[in-house]
Amino acid sequence: MPEYKRPSSLMPMATGYCPGCMHALATRLVADVIDELNQADNAINVVSVGCSALNLYSWHGDVIGAAHGRAPAVATGIKRCLPERLVFTYQGDGDLAAIGLAEIMSAANRGENFTVVFANNQTYGMTGGQMAPTTLIGQKTTTTRFGRDPQTTGYPLKMCELISVLEAPVFVARYALNSPKGVSDAKKGIKKAFEMQLAGKGFTFVELLTNCPTNWGMSPLDTLEYMNTNTIPYFQPGVYKDAEAAK
Amino acid sequence: MEKRFMKGCEAIAEAAVRGGCRFFAGYPITPQNEIPEYLSWRLPEVGGAFVQGESEVASINMVYGAAATGKRALTSSSGPGISLKAEGISYLASAQLPAVIVNISRGGPGLGSIQPAQSDYLQATKALGHGGFRAMVFAPATLQEAVDLTYNAWEYAERDRGPVLILMDGCLGAIMEEVELPPMKELKIENTEDWDLSRANGRTDAHMITPILPEPALEMLNRAKGMVYNMMWPMDAKAEEYMLDDAEYVVVAYGIAARVAKEAINELRAKGVKIGMIRPITLYPFPKSIENLDYSKVKGIIDIEMTIPAQMRDDIELQVKGRCPVHEYGRSGGMLLDDEGVYNAIAEITGGGN
Amino acid sequence: MITINSMMCKGCGYCIKFCPKHILEMGKERSEKGHFYPVNINTDACTSCAICALMCPEAAIEVAAKN
Repeated sequence: MPEYKRPSSLMPMATGYCPGCMHALATRLVADVIDELNQADNAINVVSVGCSALNLYSWHGDVIGAAHGRAPAVATGIKRCLPERLVFTYQGDGDLAAIGLAEIMSAANRGENFTVVFANNQTYGMTGGQMAPTTLIGQKTTTTRFGRDPQTTGYPLKMCELISVLEAPVFVARYALNSPKGVSDAKKGIKKAFEMQLAGKGFTFVELLTNCPTNWGMSPLDTLEYMNTNTIPYFQPGVYKDAEAAK
Repeated sequence: MEKRFMKGCEAIAEAAVRGGCRFFAGYPITPQNEIPEYLSWRLPEVGGAFVQGESEVASINMVYGAAATGKRALTSSSGPGISLKAEGISYLASAQLPAVIVNISRGGPGLGSIQPAQSDYLQATKALGHGGFRAMVFAPATLQEAVDLTYNAWEYAERDRGPVLILMDGCLGAIMEEVELPPMKELKIENTEDWDLSRANGRTDAHMITPILPEPALEMLNRAKGMVYNMMWPMDAKAEEYMLDDAEYVVVAYGIAARVAKEAINELRAKGVKIGMIRPITLYPFPKSIENLDYSKVKGIIDIEMTIPAQMRDDIELQVKGRCPVHEYGRSGGMLLDDEGVYNAIAEITGGGN
Repeated sequence: MITINSMMCKGCGYCIKFCPKHILEMGKERSEKGHFYPVNINTDACTSCAICALMCPEAAIEVAAKN
């Protein structure tokens, strides 16, 4: 029968995230995997700007805060100097897919041997719910009051699809955290990405579809169904690239 | 010591390696390209890492990451690229990470010109990034001085836990001179404990490096840094003083401008003009030499810079305190100071040498 | 057997929704932090499947193996 213990890489207190926020869930999943791989003393968490920055205060392990969007650049500097360490960035969608687009694409293209954990909740949570590059068409935000209009704001960016066309990345996958199956798969995906990194295989990218009850204006439970009917059909979960499977 | 005939940018790069630099990230921009080009092959020779970043923004943030591992990290650029690095330099200051940044400066503002200029003085000394931090700024005038200042720059960066800037114009970056190269430094790791994410120093506890702090802690940090800037750094100020004893006119110039001015001063001296020079080697902290001049003798200060309008003038006036007139002469936009122009400008101001 | 740490719990209700045995419900008391938190209404039915813990964002639930 399974057992579960709170992972050692989390501070012994509640996170700074809102009730039901899947940032907290995503962070916990990473911490779970680090414990399972016995990497608590070896991991370096490169935290970015936005709600993901709250990780700075809930992470019990080596952690460094990066500038907005620059976590893949900071991780590049760290990993090139400390190749034996398990290095990962934890980034949100505004950070990774807007201001940090150059950094993420270039780090992926160089095949940097670290892991990116990308929490995609389709909004700028920390600043109060503005439109993100991943905001769905028609989704209302504080800067798209009548819903996102593709005529003026384009379409939600699909990062897994973008990154998987590059030569260098070895593992690119997307999971939705609104069901036990999705969370369980996500945990396996994170584990696989970390294992590939530890084996020196190259760049690994795990996108996690998450929610923002506060800025979506819904109860945590309502976000689960919203994700089923809106988020998941557009951002299809799945493994987009797996260099090991291809062999 | 080993002597070599080297180009300015390459001399800085080699001095960095010998000073312990083991990581470089940068983005191509004229006139500093020889620094990344040199380090792209030189760093791997000594077990270091070189990354050509996708931008100056990415490069400075790679340096931020590398600095956090206890390695000595470097980036270089020129004016437009230093503007982009402003973000990362401010984060280095906030997270208290030591790193060295080289600006081989060119004409500005904007894309400006790729020819040499001294147009980044104010950026370097007053506003290298947002948030009100300071960085020590070294301004070599010879390649030997560039080598020596680069070689020791990390000692200051690590002592004070923050960015250090080497500001050198494109002339010095491009010229060749004979330099004495110091030996490879043996690096200590025990003093890196406070900012080092590696476990090389035996640390076993979890470590957080953060560019964001709770308000009271941030105020405390800024207060502590203020003490360092205002009380400690003045002792590190350096200047060359040249023929000041009986000087009635004092040129203030740094870097290439000081070299050109020195030629003019020597010629004017030969014609009986009592003139000397103060050459700041640290632009921040700005040396106090001007304040302590004997203003019963000094009739005028001449600020010579390869930029228009003069940028160092405010710092000079703060020390002159109205005790004599301050004149300025310069060229700008990538147009170079030349012997004749500087000589004539000084001769006109002093009314001598004709 | 599960243990819910009320100091960590923020009352999102994911554990209640996904428990396959429906042994959890939202309690009537507030935690020190002011959140309602789930209570176990049928301990005997718990199979220690740990789905509640899997879905808990705050790692507020620990699961012991069933004897």
